[in-house]
Amino acid sequence: MHTKTLTELKAGLANRDFSSRELTEHFLARIQQYDGDLNSFVTVTDVQALAQADAADAAIAAGKAGLLTGLPIAHKDIFCTEGVRTSCGSKMLDNFIAPYTATVVEKMAAEGAVMLGKTNMDEFAMGSSNETSYYGPVKNPWDLERVPGGSSGGAAACLGARLAPGATGTDTGGSIRQPAALNNITGLKPTYGRVSRWGMIAFASSLDQAGPMAQSAEDCALMLQAMAGHDHRDSTSLNEKVGDYLAALKDDISGLTIGIPEEFFPDTLDGAIADNSRDAIRELEKLGAKVVSVSLPSIKLSVPAYYVIAPAEASANLSRFDGVRFGHRCDDPQDLEDLYKRSRSEGFGDEVKRRILVGAYALSAGYYDAYYRRAQQVRRLIRDDFARAFEKVDVLMGPTAPETAFKLGAKKDDPVSMYMADVFTIGVNLAGLPALSMPTGFINGLPTGTQIIGNYFREGQILNVAHKYQQATDWHKQAPAFGGAQ
Amino acid sequence: MAIDSKVVAQVAHLARLKVDPQDSDALSNRLNDILAMVDQLQQADVDGVAPLAHPLDVTQPLREDVVTEPNIRDKALEIAPAAEDGCFLVPRVIE
Repeated sequence: MHTKTLTELKAGLANRDFSSRELTEHFLARIQQYDGDLNSFVTVTDVQALAQADAADAAIAAGKAGLLTGLPIAHKDIFCTEGVRTSCGSKMLDNFIAPYTATVVEKMAAEGAVMLGKTNMDEFAMGSSNETSYYGPVKNPWDLERVPGGSSGGAAACLGARLAPGATGTDTGGSIRQPAALNNITGLKPTYGRVSRWGMIAFASSLDQAGPMAQSAEDCALMLQAMAGHDHRDSTSLNEKVGDYLAALKDDISGLTIGIPEEFFPDTLDGAIADNSRDAIRELEKLGAKVVSVSLPSIKLSVPAYYVIAPAEASANLSRFDGVRFGHRCDDPQDLEDLYKRSRSEGFGDEVKRRILVGAYALSAGYYDAYYRRAQQVRRLIRDDFARAFEKVDVLMGPTAPETAFKLGAKKDDPVSMYMADVFTIGVNLAGLPALSMPTGFINGLPTGTQIIGNYFREGQILNVAHKYQQATDWHKQAPAFGGAQ
Repeated sequence: MAIDSKVVAQVAHLARLKVDPQDSDALSNRLNDILAMVDQLQQADVDGVAPLAHPLDVTQPLREDVVTEPNIRDKALEIAPAAEDGCFLVPRVIE
Protein backbone atom coordinates (compact mmCIF):
# COMPACT_ATOMS: atom_id res chain seq x y z
CA MET A 1 0.00 0.00 0.00
CA HIS A 2 2.84 2.40 0.85
CA THR A 3 4.08 2.66 -2.74
CA LYS A 4 0.75 4.08 -3.90
CA THR A 5 -0.01 7.77 -4.36
CA LEU A 6 -2.73 9.58 -2.38
CA THR A 7 -4.88 9.53 -5.50
CA GLU A 8 -4.50 5.75 -5.81
CA LEU A 9 -5.13 5.25 -2.08
CA LYS A 10 -8.25 7.39 -2.30
CA ALA A 11 -9.56 5.14 -5.08
CA GLY A 12 -8.62 2.04 -3.06
CA LEU A 13 -10.57 3.32 -0.05
CA ALA A 14 -13.59 4.15 -2.21
CA ASN A 15 -13.38 0.68 -3.75
CA ARG A 16 -13.13 -0.95 -0.30
CA ASP A 17 -9.84 -2.61 -1.32
CA PHE A 18 -8.65 -1.74 2.20
CA SER A 19 -9.95 0.30 5.11
CA SER A 20 -8.49 3.52 6.46
CA ARG A 21 -7.63 1.63 9.66
CA GLU A 22 -5.61 -0.95 7.66
CA LEU A 23 -3.92 1.83 5.73
CA THR A 24 -3.14 3.85 8.86
CA GLU A 25 -1.85 0.82 10.75
CA HIS A 26 0.38 0.01 7.79
CA PHE A 27 2.01 3.45 7.78
CA LEU A 28 2.29 3.54 11.58
CA ALA A 29 4.06 0.17 11.45
CA ARG A 30 6.46 1.48 8.79
CA ILE A 31 7.23 4.55 10.90
CA GLN A 32 7.83 2.30 13.91
CA GLN A 33 10.12 0.04 11.90
CA TYR A 34 12.15 2.53 9.87
CA ASP A 35 12.00 5.98 11.41
CA GLY A 36 14.64 5.13 13.99
CA ASP A 37 17.16 5.41 11.12
CA LEU A 38 15.53 8.40 9.46
CA ASN A 39 14.39 10.60 12.40
CA SER A 40 11.72 12.22 10.22
CA PHE A 41 9.07 12.36 12.95
CA VAL A 42 9.25 14.30 16.23
CA THR A 43 5.93 12.94 17.49
CA VAL A 44 3.82 10.04 16.22
CA THR A 45 0.13 10.42 17.09
CA ASP A 46 -0.89 6.79 16.74
CA VAL A 47 -3.87 6.80 19.10
CA GLN A 48 -5.48 9.85 17.50
CA ALA A 49 -4.63 8.53 14.03
CA LEU A 50 -6.48 5.27 14.57
CA ALA A 51 -9.49 7.10 16.00
CA GLN A 52 -9.55 9.38 12.94
CA ALA A 53 -9.15 6.31 10.68
CA ASP A 54 -12.16 4.60 12.29
CA ALA A 55 -14.21 7.76 11.87
CA ALA A 56 -13.09 7.90 8.23
CA ASP A 57 -14.15 4.30 7.65
CA ALA A 58 -17.57 5.11 9.10
CA ALA A 59 -17.85 8.16 6.84
CA ILE A 60 -16.92 6.13 3.78
CA ALA A 61 -19.48 3.45 4.72
CA ALA A 62 -22.11 6.16 5.09
CA GLY A 63 -21.23 7.61 1.70
CA LYS A 64 -20.00 10.84 3.27
CA ALA A 65 -16.34 10.87 2.21
CA GLY A 66 -14.62 14.26 1.87
CA LEU A 67 -11.62 15.16 -0.27
CA LEU A 68 -9.09 13.42 1.99
CA THR A 69 -11.21 10.97 3.96
CA GLY A 70 -9.12 8.17 5.40
CA LEU A 71 -5.80 9.35 3.87
CA PRO A 72 -2.84 9.46 6.28
CA ILE A 73 -1.02 12.82 6.35
CA ALA A 74 2.05 13.94 8.31
CA HIS A 75 2.05 17.54 9.52
CA LYS A 76 5.19 19.62 9.86
CA ASP A 77 5.79 20.35 13.55
CA ILE A 78 5.32 24.07 12.86
CA PHE A 79 1.52 23.72 12.76
CA CYS A 80 -0.21 23.98 16.12
CA THR A 81 -2.20 20.86 17.01
CA GLU A 82 -4.41 21.05 20.07
CA GLY A 83 -3.38 18.57 22.76
CA VAL A 84 -0.28 17.47 20.83
CA ARG A 85 3.23 18.87 21.36
CA THR A 86 4.14 21.46 18.73
CA SER A 87 7.89 21.92 19.01
CA CYS A 88 8.90 23.80 15.83
CA GLY A 89 12.13 21.79 16.13
CA SER A 90 13.20 23.86 19.13
CA LYS A 91 14.11 23.23 22.75
CA MET A 92 12.15 26.42 23.38
CA LEU A 93 8.90 24.59 22.58
CA ASP A 94 9.85 21.07 23.67
CA ASN A 95 7.19 21.30 26.38
CA PHE A 96 4.60 23.24 24.35
CA ILE A 97 1.22 21.54 24.00
CA ALA A 98 -0.71 23.84 21.66
CA PRO A 99 -4.04 25.04 23.05
CA TYR A 100 -5.57 25.32 19.55
CA THR A 101 -5.26 23.84 16.07
CA ALA A 102 -3.88 25.55 12.95
CA THR A 103 -6.34 26.32 10.16
CA VAL A 104 -4.46 24.10 7.69
CA VAL A 105 -4.67 21.10 10.02
CA GLU A 106 -8.30 21.86 10.83
CA LYS A 107 -9.30 22.18 7.16
CA MET A 108 -7.60 18.92 6.22
CA ALA A 109 -9.18 17.12 9.19
CA ALA A 110 -12.57 18.50 8.14
CA GLU A 111 -12.00 16.81 4.76
CA GLY A 112 -11.30 13.54 6.56
CA ALA A 113 -7.48 13.43 6.68
CA VAL A 114 -5.84 11.16 9.27
CA MET A 115 -2.88 12.76 11.10
CA LEU A 116 0.02 10.30 11.48
CA GLY A 117 2.17 12.68 13.50
CA LYS A 118 4.40 15.74 13.44
CA THR A 119 7.51 15.87 11.28
CA ASN A 120 11.01 17.01 12.15
CA MET A 121 12.28 20.33 10.80
CA ASP A 122 15.04 22.89 11.14
CA GLU A 123 14.57 24.91 14.33
CA PHE A 124 11.87 27.54 13.68
CA ALA A 125 12.22 26.61 9.97
CA MET A 126 15.64 28.26 9.82
CA GLY A 127 17.91 26.02 7.81
CA SER A 128 18.37 24.13 4.56
CA SER A 129 19.58 20.78 5.89
CA ASN A 130 17.44 19.89 8.92
CA GLU A 131 20.59 19.93 11.03
CA THR A 132 19.43 22.80 13.25
CA SER A 133 16.62 20.73 14.80
CA TYR A 134 16.75 20.24 18.57
CA TYR A 135 15.65 16.66 17.86
CA GLY A 136 18.70 15.87 15.74
CA PRO A 137 19.17 15.79 11.99
CA VAL A 138 16.87 13.91 9.63
CA LYS A 139 18.64 11.51 7.25
CA ASN A 140 18.04 11.39 3.53
CA PRO A 141 16.47 8.01 2.58
CA TRP A 142 18.50 7.98 -0.67
CA ASP A 143 21.73 8.02 1.37
CA LEU A 144 21.62 8.00 5.15
CA GLU A 145 24.90 9.93 5.33
CA ARG A 146 23.34 12.90 3.58
CA VAL A 147 20.95 15.66 4.58
CA PRO A 148 17.31 15.69 3.43
CA GLY A 149 17.38 19.47 2.88
CA GLY A 150 15.27 21.83 4.92
CA SER A 151 13.51 23.22 6.59
CA SER A 152 10.67 20.74 5.78
CA GLY A 153 13.26 17.93 5.81
CA GLY A 154 11.25 15.51 7.95
CA ALA A 155 8.25 15.89 5.64
CA ALA A 156 10.34 15.27 2.50
CA ALA A 157 12.28 12.35 3.97
CA CYS A 158 9.21 10.51 5.29
CA LEU A 159 7.57 10.90 1.88
CA GLY A 160 10.71 9.74 0.06
CA ALA A 161 10.92 6.66 2.30
CA ARG A 162 7.17 6.06 1.87
CA LEU A 163 6.49 6.36 5.60
CA ALA A 164 3.60 8.68 4.71
CA PRO A 165 1.78 9.30 1.44
CA GLY A 166 1.24 13.06 1.97
CA ALA A 167 2.72 15.78 4.15
CA THR A 168 2.35 19.46 4.85
CA GLY A 169 5.31 21.80 4.66
CA THR A 170 6.07 25.49 4.90
CA ASP A 171 8.26 27.56 2.62
CA THR A 172 9.82 30.89 3.60
CA GLY A 173 12.84 30.76 1.27
CA GLY A 174 12.62 27.31 -0.32
CA SER A 175 11.73 25.07 2.61
CA ILE A 176 9.20 22.99 0.66
CA ARG A 177 10.89 22.97 -2.74
CA GLN A 178 14.55 22.34 -1.85
CA PRO A 179 13.87 19.26 0.36
CA ALA A 180 11.34 18.04 -2.24
CA ALA A 181 14.14 18.13 -4.84
CA LEU A 182 16.61 16.35 -2.55
CA ASN A 183 14.17 13.49 -1.75
CA ASN A 184 12.60 12.97 -5.19
CA ILE A 185 9.15 14.17 -4.28
CA THR A 186 6.81 16.92 -5.48
CA GLY A 187 6.15 20.02 -3.39
CA LEU A 188 4.26 23.25 -4.00
CA LYS A 189 4.65 26.66 -2.39
CA PRO A 190 1.41 28.51 -3.14
CA THR A 191 0.98 32.25 -3.73
CA TYR A 192 1.66 34.25 -0.57
CA GLY A 193 -1.69 34.44 1.26
CA ARG A 194 -3.33 31.53 -0.60
CA VAL A 195 -3.17 29.27 2.48
CA SER A 196 -3.91 30.53 5.99
CA ARG A 197 -0.96 31.08 8.32
CA TRP A 198 -3.16 30.97 11.42
CA GLY A 199 -1.70 28.54 13.94
CA MET A 200 1.49 28.18 11.88
CA ILE A 201 4.39 29.36 14.02
CA ALA A 202 5.71 32.52 12.37
CA PHE A 203 9.27 32.84 11.07
CA ALA A 204 9.14 35.70 8.52
CA SER A 205 5.53 36.75 8.20
CA SER A 206 5.74 38.48 4.80
CA LEU A 207 7.31 35.35 3.25
CA ASP A 208 5.92 32.29 5.09
CA GLN A 209 3.51 30.09 3.19
CA ALA A 210 2.23 26.55 3.77
CA GLY A 211 1.87 24.01 1.00
CA PRO A 212 1.44 20.34 0.05
CA MET A 213 4.20 17.75 -0.42
CA ALA A 214 3.53 14.32 -1.97
CA GLN A 215 4.62 11.81 -4.60
CA SER A 216 2.98 13.62 -7.52
CA ALA A 217 1.53 16.90 -8.73
CA GLU A 218 -1.88 15.24 -8.84
CA ASP A 219 -1.60 14.48 -5.11
CA CYS A 220 -0.47 18.05 -4.39
CA ALA A 221 -3.55 19.30 -6.25
CA LEU A 222 -5.77 17.12 -4.06
CA MET A 223 -4.14 18.39 -0.88
CA LEU A 224 -4.09 22.05 -1.93
CA GLN A 225 -7.81 21.84 -2.70
CA ALA A 226 -8.36 21.13 1.00
CA MET A 227 -5.73 23.59 2.32
CA ALA A 228 -6.39 26.76 0.30
CA GLY A 229 -8.82 29.54 1.05
CA HIS A 230 -9.42 32.75 2.92
CA ASP A 231 -9.34 32.65 6.71
CA HIS A 232 -10.71 35.57 8.65
CA ARG A 233 -8.26 34.73 11.45
CA ASP A 234 -5.28 35.48 9.19
CA SER A 235 -5.53 39.04 7.92
CA THR A 236 -2.86 38.33 5.27
CA SER A 237 -4.76 35.41 3.78
CA LEU A 238 -6.30 36.54 0.52
CA ASN A 239 -9.96 36.67 -0.25
CA GLU A 240 -9.53 35.18 -3.71
CA LYS A 241 -11.65 32.35 -5.06
CA VAL A 242 -10.01 28.93 -4.76
CA GLY A 243 -9.54 27.29 -8.15
CA ASP A 244 -10.52 23.77 -9.11
CA TYR A 245 -7.01 22.32 -9.02
CA LEU A 246 -8.02 18.77 -9.89
CA ALA A 247 -9.93 19.92 -12.96
CA ALA A 248 -6.97 22.10 -14.02
CA LEU A 249 -4.77 18.98 -14.24
CA LYS A 250 -6.61 17.95 -17.40
CA ASP A 251 -5.90 21.16 -19.34
CA ASP A 252 -3.97 20.90 -22.57
CA ILE A 253 -0.51 22.46 -22.39
CA SER A 254 0.12 22.89 -26.10
CA GLY A 255 0.86 26.55 -26.71
CA LEU A 256 2.15 27.05 -23.18
CA THR A 257 5.11 29.44 -23.07
CA ILE A 258 7.95 28.49 -20.76
CA GLY A 259 10.47 31.19 -19.87
CA ILE A 260 14.02 30.13 -19.05
CA PRO A 261 15.70 32.77 -16.88
CA GLU A 262 19.37 32.83 -17.85
CA GLU A 263 20.18 33.59 -14.20
CA PHE A 264 18.94 30.08 -13.27
CA PHE A 265 21.65 28.52 -15.47
CA PRO A 266 24.80 30.41 -14.48
CA ASP A 267 28.22 29.28 -15.78
CA THR A 268 29.11 28.20 -12.25
CA LEU A 269 26.20 25.73 -12.08
CA ASP A 270 26.98 21.98 -12.00
CA GLY A 271 26.51 20.84 -15.60
CA ALA A 272 24.62 17.69 -14.61
CA ILE A 273 22.10 19.74 -12.59
CA ALA A 274 21.57 22.03 -15.57
CA ASP A 275 21.22 19.08 -17.97
CA ASN A 276 18.49 17.41 -15.90
CA SER A 277 16.40 20.58 -15.86
CA ARG A 278 17.00 21.25 -19.57
CA ASP A 279 15.89 17.67 -20.33
CA ALA A 280 12.69 18.25 -18.37
CA ILE A 281 11.99 21.42 -20.32
CA ARG A 282 12.62 19.57 -23.61
CA GLU A 283 10.09 16.93 -22.53
CA LEU A 284 7.49 19.68 -22.12
CA GLU A 285 8.42 21.04 -25.55
CA LYS A 286 7.55 17.61 -26.97
CA LEU A 287 4.14 18.03 -25.33
CA GLY A 288 3.61 21.27 -27.23
CA ALA A 289 5.14 23.96 -25.01
CA LYS A 290 7.19 26.84 -26.48
CA VAL A 291 10.40 27.95 -24.84
CA VAL A 292 11.80 31.47 -24.69
CA SER A 293 14.76 32.99 -22.90
CA VAL A 294 14.11 35.67 -20.28
CA SER A 295 16.16 37.64 -17.80
CA LEU A 296 15.63 38.45 -14.12
CA PRO A 297 18.56 40.85 -13.61
CA SER A 298 17.92 41.66 -9.95
CA ILE A 299 17.47 38.06 -8.83
CA LYS A 300 21.19 37.82 -8.03
CA LEU A 301 20.39 40.02 -5.04
CA SER A 302 17.64 37.78 -3.73
CA VAL A 303 19.80 35.92 -1.19
CA PRO A 304 21.26 39.14 0.33
CA ALA A 305 17.81 40.82 0.41
CA TYR A 306 16.30 37.74 2.02
CA TYR A 307 18.99 37.58 4.71
CA VAL A 308 18.01 41.06 5.84
CA ILE A 309 14.23 40.81 5.54
CA ALA A 310 13.75 37.30 6.96
CA PRO A 311 16.00 37.80 10.02
CA ALA A 312 14.45 41.23 10.66
CA GLU A 313 10.97 39.74 10.69
CA ALA A 314 12.18 36.74 12.69
CA SER A 315 13.77 38.94 15.35
CA ALA A 316 10.37 40.57 15.88
CA ASN A 317 8.33 37.33 15.66
CA LEU A 318 10.59 35.41 18.01
CA SER A 319 10.44 38.09 20.70
CA ARG A 320 7.28 36.33 21.90
CA PHE A 321 9.41 33.49 23.26
CA ASP A 322 10.32 35.09 26.57
CA GLY A 323 9.82 32.37 29.16
CA VAL A 324 6.74 34.07 30.61
CA ARG A 325 3.64 32.62 28.98
CA PHE A 326 4.69 29.30 27.44
CA GLY A 327 7.75 27.37 26.37
CA HIS A 328 11.11 27.08 28.06
CA ARG A 329 11.86 29.04 31.25
CA CYS A 330 15.29 29.07 32.91
CA ASP A 331 15.69 27.89 36.50
CA ASP A 332 15.78 30.44 39.36
CA PRO A 333 15.56 33.73 37.45
CA GLN A 334 17.07 36.60 39.45
CA ASP A 335 14.88 39.26 37.88
CA LEU A 336 12.76 39.76 34.77
CA GLU A 337 15.71 40.59 32.50
CA ASP A 338 17.58 37.51 33.68
CA LEU A 339 14.44 35.47 33.03
CA TYR A 340 14.18 36.76 29.43
CA LYS A 341 17.85 36.47 28.62
CA ARG A 342 18.56 33.05 30.08
CA SER A 343 15.28 31.49 28.92
CA ARG A 344 15.92 32.67 25.35
CA SER A 345 19.60 31.77 25.33
CA GLU A 346 18.93 28.27 26.65
CA GLY A 347 15.86 27.71 24.47
CA PHE A 348 17.22 28.83 21.07
CA GLY A 349 19.94 27.07 19.07
CA ASP A 350 22.92 28.77 17.40
CA GLU A 351 21.41 29.43 13.96
CA VAL A 352 18.24 30.92 15.43
CA LYS A 353 20.32 33.20 17.66
CA ARG A 354 22.46 34.30 14.72
CA ARG A 355 19.39 35.24 12.72
CA ILE A 356 17.82 37.10 15.62
CA LEU A 357 21.05 39.06 16.05
CA VAL A 358 21.34 39.86 12.33
CA GLY A 359 17.71 40.98 12.32
CA ALA A 360 18.04 43.11 15.45
CA TYR A 361 21.20 44.69 14.01
CA ALA A 362 19.57 45.43 10.63
CA LEU A 363 16.63 47.09 12.35
CA SER A 364 18.66 49.04 14.90
CA ALA A 365 18.98 52.82 14.82
CA GLY A 366 21.56 53.95 12.27
CA TYR A 367 21.46 50.79 10.17
CA TYR A 368 17.79 50.62 9.22
CA ASP A 369 18.16 52.57 5.95
CA ALA A 370 21.34 50.78 4.87
CA TYR A 371 19.92 47.32 5.43
CA TYR A 372 16.20 46.91 5.94
CA ARG A 373 14.94 49.75 3.76
CA ARG A 374 17.40 48.91 0.98
CA ALA A 375 16.47 45.21 1.11
CA GLN A 376 12.82 46.12 0.71
CA GLN A 377 13.66 48.33 -2.26
CA VAL A 378 15.57 45.45 -3.85
CA ARG A 379 12.58 43.25 -3.09
CA ARG A 380 10.50 45.51 -5.35
CA LEU A 381 13.10 45.28 -8.14
CA ILE A 382 12.96 41.48 -7.91
CA ARG A 383 9.18 41.43 -7.96
CA ASP A 384 9.13 43.79 -10.96
CA ASP A 385 11.58 41.51 -12.85
CA PHE A 386 9.17 38.61 -12.42
CA ALA A 387 6.20 40.78 -13.45
CA ARG A 388 7.99 41.77 -16.68
CA ALA A 389 8.80 38.12 -17.42
CA PHE A 390 5.18 37.08 -16.90
CA GLU A 391 4.06 39.58 -19.53
CA LYS A 392 5.72 37.26 -22.05
CA VAL A 393 5.52 33.77 -20.56
CA ASP A 394 3.12 31.50 -18.65
CA VAL A 395 5.64 29.80 -16.38
CA LEU A 396 9.35 30.03 -15.59
CA MET A 397 11.56 26.97 -15.15
CA GLY A 398 15.00 26.10 -13.87
CA PRO A 399 16.76 23.87 -11.33
CA THR A 400 15.30 23.88 -7.81
CA ALA A 401 18.64 23.54 -6.02
CA PRO A 402 22.23 24.09 -7.18
CA GLU A 403 23.38 20.68 -5.91
CA THR A 404 22.14 17.27 -4.81
CA ALA A 405 21.90 16.30 -1.14
CA PHE A 406 25.18 17.09 0.64
CA LYS A 407 26.84 15.13 3.45
CA LEU A 408 25.65 15.68 7.00
CA GLY A 409 27.87 18.26 8.65
CA ALA A 410 29.36 19.51 5.35
CA LYS A 411 28.09 23.08 5.72
CA LYS A 412 27.27 23.17 9.37
CA ASP A 413 29.99 25.64 10.30
CA ASP A 414 29.54 27.88 7.29
CA PRO A 415 26.16 29.63 7.39
CA VAL A 416 26.71 31.62 4.19
CA SER A 417 27.46 28.51 2.13
CA MET A 418 24.33 26.88 3.62
CA TYR A 419 22.28 29.93 2.59
CA MET A 420 23.29 29.40 -1.04
CA ALA A 421 21.32 26.11 -1.09
CA ASP A 422 18.27 28.33 -1.62
CA VAL A 423 19.75 30.55 -4.34
CA PHE A 424 17.09 29.53 -6.91
CA THR A 425 14.11 29.42 -4.56
CA ILE A 426 14.32 32.60 -2.47
CA GLY A 427 13.36 35.06 -5.23
CA VAL A 428 9.94 33.42 -5.49
CA ASN A 429 9.24 34.08 -1.79
CA LEU A 430 10.31 37.71 -2.06
CA ALA A 431 7.92 38.14 -4.99
CA GLY A 432 5.14 36.11 -3.30
CA LEU A 433 4.72 33.86 -6.35
CA PRO A 434 3.63 30.20 -6.43
CA ALA A 435 6.23 27.58 -7.43
CA LEU A 436 6.53 23.81 -7.48
CA SER A 437 9.50 21.45 -7.45
CA MET A 438 9.22 18.10 -9.22
CA PRO A 439 11.64 15.19 -9.64
CA THR A 440 13.57 15.35 -12.92
CA GLY A 441 16.29 12.72 -12.73
CA PHE A 442 19.35 11.67 -10.77
CA ILE A 443 23.06 12.37 -10.45
CA ASN A 444 25.11 9.50 -8.99
CA GLY A 445 21.97 7.99 -7.50
CA LEU A 446 20.82 11.22 -5.85
CA PRO A 447 17.61 13.01 -6.89
CA THR A 448 17.44 16.41 -8.59
CA GLY A 449 14.43 18.64 -9.02
CA THR A 450 13.17 21.27 -11.40
CA GLN A 451 11.15 24.28 -10.39
CA ILE A 452 8.05 25.57 -12.17
CA ILE A 453 7.18 29.15 -11.17
CA GLY A 454 3.79 30.58 -12.07
CA ASN A 455 2.09 33.94 -11.92
CA TYR A 456 0.02 34.92 -8.87
CA PHE A 457 -2.81 32.45 -8.11
CA ARG A 458 -1.83 30.18 -11.02
CA GLU A 459 -1.32 27.13 -8.81
CA GLY A 460 -3.68 25.23 -11.13
CA GLN A 461 -1.52 25.96 -14.15
CA ILE A 462 1.71 24.95 -12.39
CA LEU A 463 0.14 21.70 -11.20
CA ASN A 464 -1.18 21.10 -14.71
CA VAL A 465 2.29 21.47 -16.27
CA ALA A 466 3.88 19.21 -13.64
CA HIS A 467 1.12 16.62 -14.02
CA LYS A 468 1.54 16.46 -17.81
CA TYR A 469 5.27 16.01 -17.32
CA GLN A 470 4.67 13.25 -14.77
CA GLN A 471 2.27 11.47 -17.12
CA ALA A 472 5.02 11.39 -19.74
CA THR A 473 7.91 10.42 -17.45
CA ASP A 474 8.49 8.25 -14.40
CA TRP A 475 11.19 10.08 -12.41
CA HIS A 476 8.67 10.85 -9.67
CA LYS A 477 7.90 7.14 -9.28
CA GLN A 478 11.48 6.25 -8.35
CA ALA A 479 11.89 5.38 -4.68
CA PRO A 480 15.01 4.68 -2.62
CA ALA A 481 16.11 1.17 -1.60
CA PHE A 482 15.73 2.22 2.06
CA GLY A 483 12.88 0.65 4.01
CA GLY A 484 11.38 -1.33 1.14
CA ALA A 485 10.10 1.92 -0.34
CA GLN A 486 10.30 0.66 -3.93
CA MET B 1 30.47 48.17 8.99
CA ALA B 2 32.20 45.38 10.90
CA ILE B 3 30.70 43.80 13.98
CA ASP B 4 32.97 43.36 16.97
CA SER B 5 32.40 41.97 20.46
CA LYS B 6 31.10 45.31 21.66
CA VAL B 7 28.45 45.49 18.93
CA VAL B 8 27.51 41.86 19.56
CA ALA B 9 26.96 42.67 23.22
CA GLN B 10 24.78 45.69 22.37
CA VAL B 11 22.66 43.84 19.83
CA ALA B 12 22.37 40.78 22.08
CA HIS B 13 21.02 43.01 24.80
CA LEU B 14 18.46 44.53 22.39
CA ALA B 15 17.36 41.00 21.47
CA ARG B 16 17.44 39.86 25.13
CA LEU B 17 20.01 37.18 24.43
CA LYS B 18 23.00 36.30 26.56
CA VAL B 19 26.32 35.79 24.77
CA ASP B 20 29.10 34.09 26.69
CA PRO B 21 32.33 36.12 26.44
CA GLN B 22 34.27 33.09 25.19
CA ASP B 23 31.82 32.68 22.26
CA SER B 24 31.76 36.35 21.34
CA ASP B 25 34.67 36.41 18.86
CA ALA B 26 33.48 33.35 16.94
CA LEU B 27 29.98 34.79 16.82
CA SER B 28 31.27 38.17 15.57
CA ASN B 29 33.10 36.38 12.76
CA ARG B 30 30.01 34.50 11.68
CA LEU B 31 27.88 37.63 11.76
CA ASN B 32 30.50 39.48 9.72
CA ASP B 33 30.43 36.68 7.11
CA ILE B 34 26.67 37.09 6.84
CA LEU B 35 26.87 40.89 6.64
CA ALA B 36 29.62 40.71 4.00
CA MET B 37 27.24 38.65 1.85
CA VAL B 38 24.36 41.00 2.59
CA ASP B 39 26.50 43.99 1.62
CA GLN B 40 26.02 43.06 -2.05
CA LEU B 41 22.81 45.03 -1.63
CA GLN B 42 24.88 48.21 -1.75
CA GLN B 43 25.52 47.58 -5.49
CA ALA B 44 21.85 47.91 -6.34
CA ASP B 45 20.57 51.11 -7.90
CA VAL B 46 17.53 51.80 -5.76
CA ASP B 47 17.12 55.53 -6.38
CA GLY B 48 13.45 56.37 -6.36
CA VAL B 49 12.38 52.75 -5.71
CA ALA B 50 9.68 52.48 -3.07
CA PRO B 51 10.27 49.77 -0.42
CA LEU B 52 8.06 46.71 -0.85
CA ALA B 53 6.54 45.30 2.33
CA HIS B 54 3.90 43.08 0.75
CA PRO B 55 4.30 41.35 -2.61
CA LEU B 56 0.71 41.88 -3.73
CA ASP B 57 -0.91 45.28 -4.04
CA VAL B 58 -4.07 44.34 -2.23
CA THR B 59 -6.01 45.73 0.67
CA GLN B 60 -6.55 43.52 3.63
CA PRO B 61 -10.00 42.00 3.81
CA LEU B 62 -12.14 43.33 6.66
CA ARG B 63 -14.48 41.30 8.81
CA GLU B 64 -17.45 42.23 10.94
CA ASP B 65 -16.44 43.90 14.19
CA VAL B 66 -17.66 41.15 16.46
CA VAL B 67 -15.94 39.10 19.14
CA THR B 68 -14.68 35.86 17.63
CA GLU B 69 -11.93 34.81 20.02
CA PRO B 70 -13.05 32.23 22.53
CA ASN B 71 -11.91 32.65 26.13
CA ILE B 72 -9.12 30.13 26.56
CA ARG B 73 -7.56 31.66 29.66
CA ASP B 74 -7.51 28.44 31.63
CA LYS B 75 -6.06 26.48 28.73
CA ALA B 76 -3.43 29.16 28.18
CA LEU B 77 -2.43 29.24 31.83
CA GLU B 78 -2.12 25.46 31.94
CA ILE B 79 0.92 25.64 29.65
CA ALA B 80 2.51 28.62 31.40
CA PRO B 81 5.82 28.00 33.20
CA ALA B 82 4.36 29.63 36.33
CA ALA B 83 0.87 30.97 37.02
CA GLU B 84 -1.13 32.05 40.04
CA ASP B 85 -4.65 33.43 40.56
CA GLY B 86 -5.34 33.51 36.82
CA CYS B 87 -2.14 35.47 36.04
CA PHE B 88 1.30 34.65 34.64
CA LEU B 89 3.91 34.69 37.36
CA VAL B 90 7.28 36.46 36.87
CA PRO B 91 10.02 37.59 39.27
CA ARG B 92 9.26 40.75 41.26
CA VAL B 93 9.63 43.87 39.04
CA ILE B 94 9.07 46.57 41.69
CA GLU B 95 11.34 46.59 44.72
